[in-house]
Amino acid sequence: MESPLVTALALLSGEDPALMQIIGLSLRVTLSAVLIASVIALPLGAALALARFPGRNIVIVFFNALMGLPPVVAGLLVYLALSRSGPLGSLALLFTPTAMIVAQTVLIVPIILSLTRSVVEDLWAEYSEQLTSLGAGRLRAVPTLLWDGRVSLLTGILAGFGRASAEVGAVLIVGGNIAGHTRTMTTAITLETSRGNLGLAVALGIVLLGLTLILNALAWSAGQWARGRLG
Amino acid sequence: MRAIRTATLLALAAGLVPLAAQPAAAEFITVASTTSTENSGLFGHILPLFAAETGIEVRVLAQGTGQALETGRRGDADVVFVHARAQEEAFVAEGWGVARLDVMYNDFVLVGPAEDPAGIAAAETAPTAMAAVAAAEAPFASRGDDSGTHVAEMALWSAAGIQPQGRWYLSTGSGMGATLNVAAQVPAYTLADRATWLSFANRGPLQILFEGDPVLFNPYGVILVNPERHPHVKAAEGQVFIDWLVSEAGQQAIAGFTIEGEQLFFPAAR
Repeated sequence: MESPLVTALALLSGEDPALMQIIGLSLRVTLSAVLIASVIALPLGAALALARFPGRNIVIVFFNALMGLPPVVAGLLVYLALSRSGPLGSLALLFTPTAMIVAQTVLIVPIILSLTRSVVEDLWAEYSEQLTSLGAGRLRAVPTLLWDGRVSLLTGILAGFGRASAEVGAVLIVGGNIAGHTRTMTTAITLETSRGNLGLAVALGIVLLGLTLILNALAWSAGQWARGRLG
Repeated sequence: MRAIRTATLLALAAGLVPLAAQPAAAEFITVASTTSTENSGLFGHILPLFAAETGIEVRVLAQGTGQALETGRRGDADVVFVHARAQEEAFVAEGWGVARLDVMYNDFVLVGPAEDPAGIAAAETAPTAMAAVAAAEAPFASRGDDSGTHVAEMALWSAAGIQPQGRWYLSTGSGMGATLNVAAQVPAYTLADRATWLSFANRGPLQILFEGDPVLFNPYGVILVNPERHPHVKAAEGQVFIDWLVSEAGQQAIAGFTIEGEQLFFPAAR
């Protein structure tokens, strides 16, 4: 077996159009899911941190628990919803990249939401008097608190990204690992493992890790820049 | 400032999502099939030929036979292309499929560690080979996933009059490749379809120890999902694919697929 590292480099330098397509799809699906989940979870998480209502603790525990939702379960639920025999079957979304984005969004909303709630709660404890004296109500303080906590929140978003880019169970079920259409890095790794091409599987894993490393480095630099320039 | 940020975010979101949602190709059908046909590379060989002739893209789901039939039953595929005749006929009889057509066949082989601790290489028939494994309590890796191969394995145990159980019987609940990976490590005997075996790269100590019994015959059938049950099924395009598979051109394409000079599937359309 050729060294997987050599295979990985050969894969990247060889301009393999199938691999480029797989990498492109993986990034599009995961980044879309992270973006949508952030748009949903950041304001909701902050609102949950500040709002007071009966059953709030139950909601908090519920979302904390969902951080541990197994990807295969998230995939199965989205599969049943999007299947032609399911409630949303007429949308014809099963086995498309859109279905994969939906499944990954379901998976990472609880992570970003729970981490946001925790960050904003701490900030509120620190700044509530100042903000209140400035005349800001609880909910009107949400954007300010989110902006103040941006560096910590970035970590929560990165955690969501990590979970989405690493999971295989959900995208395999709702995407179907269709060659040239819904095959991602992780489902390709699963496929090559099952074909006994362990060297190629490891090489794909190295490529995926490399991509994750680059994206995290970019995000970290952005965080440092935001801290230095504006923080 | 905040408004600009929000606008940027929304624009980004709007830009990313349609990109990921990729415009659908002009025409495509979804075929639920088995790991043996997809992972061996058969579809990679024949589908470009089909697309060149008809312009129809075929999207293949590589599942076990049981799962592929369930996908068809739910209406999530237009065509199923699998290998477990009794289940296929039930699928049609229950009205989920229109008709079952023979497409091709290959055969199952019993593989195991080269030293053959249960001595199955000397067996007369496949059921006696299985009985020898059970008698020796030699490790046996079973698919355990209701796939066509699993169904064939259970039929062999039943013919041998054996209910396989015990620490030697390992039910992996996984695809053929994953099960071969387990068998290579234990090492264990297992039943494999010849196509997956020939295209499998991580054999370790495994080799073919028993083959050639007519009961190891492994026929593949193709079925159009019934548009009366699922009106959205692309019946016209699906039928074009089925007609092509059993046509002269399709049968030649199947026969022309080889790995290291060895033919993996044999045409069977009448």
